[in-house]
Amino acid sequence: MSVAGLYNYWIVILLMMTGFYVVISSGNLVKKIIGLNLFQASVFILYISMGKVADGGAPILREGITHYSNPLPHVLILTAIVVGVATTALGLALVVRIREAYGSVEEDDIHRQDESL
Amino acid sequence: MIGTQLPALQVVVPLLAAPLCLALHRPFATWALTLTASALSMLVSILLLGQVLAQGVIDYAFGGWAAPFGIAYRVDLANAYVLLIVTTISTVVTIFARRSVASEVEAHNQGLFYTAWLLCLTGLLGITITGDAFNLFVFLEISSLSSYVLIAMGTERKALTAAYQYLIMGTIGATFILIGIGLLYMLTGTLNMLDMAHRLITVADSRTARTGFAFLTVGLGLKIALFPLHLWLPNAYAHAPSAVSAFLAATATKVAVYVLLRFVFSVFGVDFALGTMPLALGLAVLGTIAVLSASTVAIFQHNLKRMLAYSSVAQVGYLALGVSLATPAGLTATLLHLFNHALMKGTLFLALGCIAWRLGSVRLGDLKGLGYRMPWTMGVFVLGGLSLIGLPLTAGFISKWYLVLAALERGWWPVILVIIAGSLLAVIYIWRVIETAYLSKTNKTAGAGEAPLSMLLPAWLLAIANLYFGMHTGLSAGIATQAAAALFGIQP
Repeated sequence: MSVAGLYNYWIVILLMMTGFYVVISSGNLVKKIIGLNLFQASVFILYISMGKVADGGAPILREGITHYSNPLPHVLILTAIVVGVATTALGLALVVRIREAYGSVEEDDIHRQDESL
Repeated sequence: MIGTQLPALQVVVPLLAAPLCLALHRPFATWALTLTASALSMLVSILLLGQVLAQGVIDYAFGGWAAPFGIAYRVDLANAYVLLIVTTISTVVTIFARRSVASEVEAHNQGLFYTAWLLCLTGLLGITITGDAFNLFVFLEISSLSSYVLIAMGTERKALTAAYQYLIMGTIGATFILIGIGLLYMLTGTLNMLDMAHRLITVADSRTARTGFAFLTVGLGLKIALFPLHLWLPNAYAHAPSAVSAFLAATATKVAVYVLLRFVFSVFGVDFALGTMPLALGLAVLGTIAVLSASTVAIFQHNLKRMLAYSSVAQVGYLALGVSLATPAGLTATLLHLFNHALMKGTLFLALGCIAWRLGSVRLGDLKGLGYRMPWTMGVFVLGGLSLIGLPLTAGFISKWYLVLAALERGWWPVILVIIAGSLLAVIYIWRVIETAYLSKTNKTAGAGEAPLSMLLPAWLLAIANLYFGMHTGLSAGIATQAAAALFGIQP
């Protein structure tokens, strides 16, 4: 397959690296969570892409359609999305608690406060 | 009748008890329910181990949907053994948890604490028992999410940042595992591990298989806390409530190691994982660095929970070394150390829990003369410490003995030196504590007595288990040897 034909995989890689970079480089705890989300979203696209069958229709029984896309990856990713939502919610809840305890959501600031004790 | 449903009950009992806990909400009631559910799970795992020993591998099709289409649970000797470790530790630590948690977690949060505890137990058991790769990911996230909550309930505010750090690294690890499983599914079209193993034989030599393998091992490396992916562990264990440190240190990384073994031996096969891919070399190098560096760092810690956490990173190194030998003997040593390390770290963290309950601190400086003020608690610590060092007649000696024998068999002399060096470093960090507790002058005598019996009893139970399994190796080493042979595909 040509490079252009695999464009959704290029998007996956781009999103994955962007998300990963944000997690590592950002010092802001909320931004880190957003980066993590982006990183997970790229994996969702990876799964959904692999479920596509060439010329396949949506996996619903209908007249005149004989080829269906594979619905299993879609189902798996529904579960993974739920897990992702739970992780994000928990992460943000922790950030709220951290802000209450430290008065900041910046990593450097929090680190400095712990050091000074 | 009920005997055939045991694999499902193993996971369903704690899973159903968790929302009940949430509904009950009263501290004592939720604790009692947690203890009951945990003890029932332990009973189930004992029965399962008995069944596996008597009849061989148990296959369980969830909801009657046959594998590879339905979700299959598959219990063989290796995971029956890990299930027993997890449920036993959970039960013993739950007995301990009542007083410990009462002093460390606010009353209105205790119901939630036990709910998260049961969910974490569910996740760990599910990971271990399932034969389905995606199911494994879901259970992994259940146990991880609940352990972030448990860690965040620590008394200090640092617990929050530790939990956050663990959440970020843990999620990256889990997502890597998800990518790995996705690539394997892409290649084989199945999620059932057994089926996957059959289909991988023909396509193993492809870039997708190698990439999938790489993502899986790196993701699992994060969960195992294999050096240099261990950065989340010291903070998480140091700031979590005492009972949580004991539970997670004794079970969470063990289960992750089990998953690595399952993928290496049952899915990819030894030849591919340790031969074609450079995993054996990687594990040997990283294991060596983990043993030496983490043990050295442990010597300089003032917070004893943090010291034990670094020691855990070092113990993971021994586990990795055992796998890297790529022989049945090496694998036996790893499986045996899974069991023995759960015992010794459980013992030590429970002893620290008793100290934290009485003193409100686990800093080395506060332990002066404690050997005379809390003789029973320090007795537990000394026994656990000796086992950690690997003194003969303790469980720790047995696992190191097996590891040394396995290394000799391969002629890997440097590994033996690493094991000896690691043990000597352990002598130093355990001795610091013993010296402070027994040999330094105490400056305050009032206001300190023993920890309550409900905390001392489980701690002593584990300490005595350390001695028992140091002398009677029939159960631990016997099953580990058989399980290792089965994973290598050798028929007895």
